[in-house]
Amino acid sequence: MVHALVLTHRHLLHLIRIPGLALWSTAQPILFLLLFDFMFSGVISRDTGDYIDFLVPGVVVQFLALTVFTTAVGVHADLCAGIVDRFRSLPIARSAVLSGRILSDAIRCAVNIVVLLAAGALLGFRFSTGVVPIVGAFLLAIAFGVALAWAGAWIGLTARSPEAVQSVGSIWVVPLTFLSSVFVPTRTVPGWLQTVVKVNPLTDVADALRALTLGGPTTGPVLASLAWTTGVLVTFSALAVRRYRRLE
Amino acid sequence: MSIAIQAQALTRSFGDTRALDGIDLEVPSGTVLGLLGPNGSGKTTAVRILATLLPPSSGRASVGGFDVVRQAPQVRTVIGLTGQYAAVDGNLTGVENLELIGRLLDLSRSQARHRAVELIERLDFADAGRRLSKTYSGGMRRRLDLAASLVGRPRVLFLDEPTTGLDPRSRIGMWAIIRELVADGTAVLLTTQYLEEADQLADEIAVLDLGRVIAAGTSDELKRRIGGQVLEVRTVDPVDLDAVAAELAALTGDAPSIDRATRLVKVPAQDTVLVAAVVRRLDEVGIVIADLALRRPSLDDVFLQLIGRRAAMNEPATSAA
Repeated sequence: MVHALVLTHRHLLHLIRIPGLALWSTAQPILFLLLFDFMFSGVISRDTGDYIDFLVPGVVVQFLALTVFTTAVGVHADLCAGIVDRFRSLPIARSAVLSGRILSDAIRCAVNIVVLLAAGALLGFRFSTGVVPIVGAFLLAIAFGVALAWAGAWIGLTARSPEAVQSVGSIWVVPLTFLSSVFVPTRTVPGWLQTVVKVNPLTDVADALRALTLGGPTTGPVLASLAWTTGVLVTFSALAVRRYRRLE
Repeated sequence: MSIAIQAQALTRSFGDTRALDGIDLEVPSGTVLGLLGPNGSGKTTAVRILATLLPPSSGRASVGGFDVVRQAPQVRTVIGLTGQYAAVDGNLTGVENLELIGRLLDLSRSQARHRAVELIERLDFADAGRRLSKTYSGGMRRRLDLAASLVGRPRVLFLDEPTTGLDPRSRIGMWAIIRELVADGTAVLLTTQYLEEADQLADEIAVLDLGRVIAAGTSDELKRRIGGQVLEVRTVDPVDLDAVAAELAALTGDAPSIDRATRLVKVPAQDTVLVAAVVRRLDEVGIVIADLALRRPSLDDVFLQLIGRRAAMNEPATSAA
């Protein structure tokens, strides 16, 4: 456990040390927040009430989705640089390297969400529920981020090249983010596409975060989000740990 | 002297490729075994198996008395590994890199710090220890990588091409550090493509080719295997070549070879007393020579002859297939 924390510390130092890493992961969602708010609020507000309220939970989900990519890139880079080999030659638990990474991702998610909320507040975002659902939303977001980070770890360990890892970002993460209720309400999407949007876990999580922070029916989306989070977490942590153990 | 590394009939296949085809190795504590071989000969595979990063397909090996498969966690407590590329975190300082390893080896925060600073000083980093390691030169990164593998005071050290790509000065610095470690009783398994490096550092050398040990012994033994020394005499006047050859034949009992283009007469020479005898004899008969040298075969000669012989033997088979 101490080993995992030592490695968490390493990744957190990276956030400070690598120019652009912290900036990229913080500024990018804020940029999206600004772009979408300025560009689309006029069109979309007719359907959503105040678009900024709708948008902030969405951009949080978009940020969480990108965690897959961030974690995959980091894990793959350590693998390529021989750093994973060094750790594997040390007498530490096989789980420490991955859990250290994931813990740092959780912390990174938490910090970024707070920053995003602050930026959102400047643009007019306001909570309209109580402390308990808001804390619940925060925890749900981080849990979902952790589950996605495990998926990223598995991808990073399995990918054959840095280019393959990059393609995960452009081929999966970005389209999946748009094919969801992250930026627009599901009902405004054409009927046939709604089917896709509805099975997308990002839709469930975005809807759950909105229900918990803005009000509305919570049970459905929250249960669906928890189910997805648990499913992704269990599946990919098992796959990633198995993959790590079988590294050669 | 205890045996630090022992391997018996170790094999490893990757799909249809047999990277290691049954090797036996033995490295006593306080000695260096040099693994020499061309690219793809199985050197790195051997190191990775012994360092518990890769399971063998068959055979067995022990490091520090622990079985590399069944007791891998114990093996990891006694080894240090420096791979082919410097596995240091460029976004941490030199000291931080070493502290990280120290903490992972269960040193307390202050112990880890202390050990890191100690190694940074010992390996001559001076103030660079506080700089991010991505600002280091290639040689410094390698040294830091070596330092990282020394944090736990390993009894067995694996160095996989530790000086590949380093300038001569950095290489000599690296050698000095390795010698010190060996003097302290560390067993070292060193893979290298530099024959001089093996010559300088290794007590024993195993030449690897196609996953097999094709020759083993001390550097001198290997050199002797390809036939002791060669006496070379260069004449001033080409006319004297045959006379010199006749004198050398009389003195050594061997038939000298004559290279008229370079005015060189060569003959195998078993002992050094011969040189004096040749000089005296040529002086007596009044032949003036330009140059006389007793040349020992270099490890390069050994290597090229061993690997070259295999390549020549395999060629017909390869082209038939």
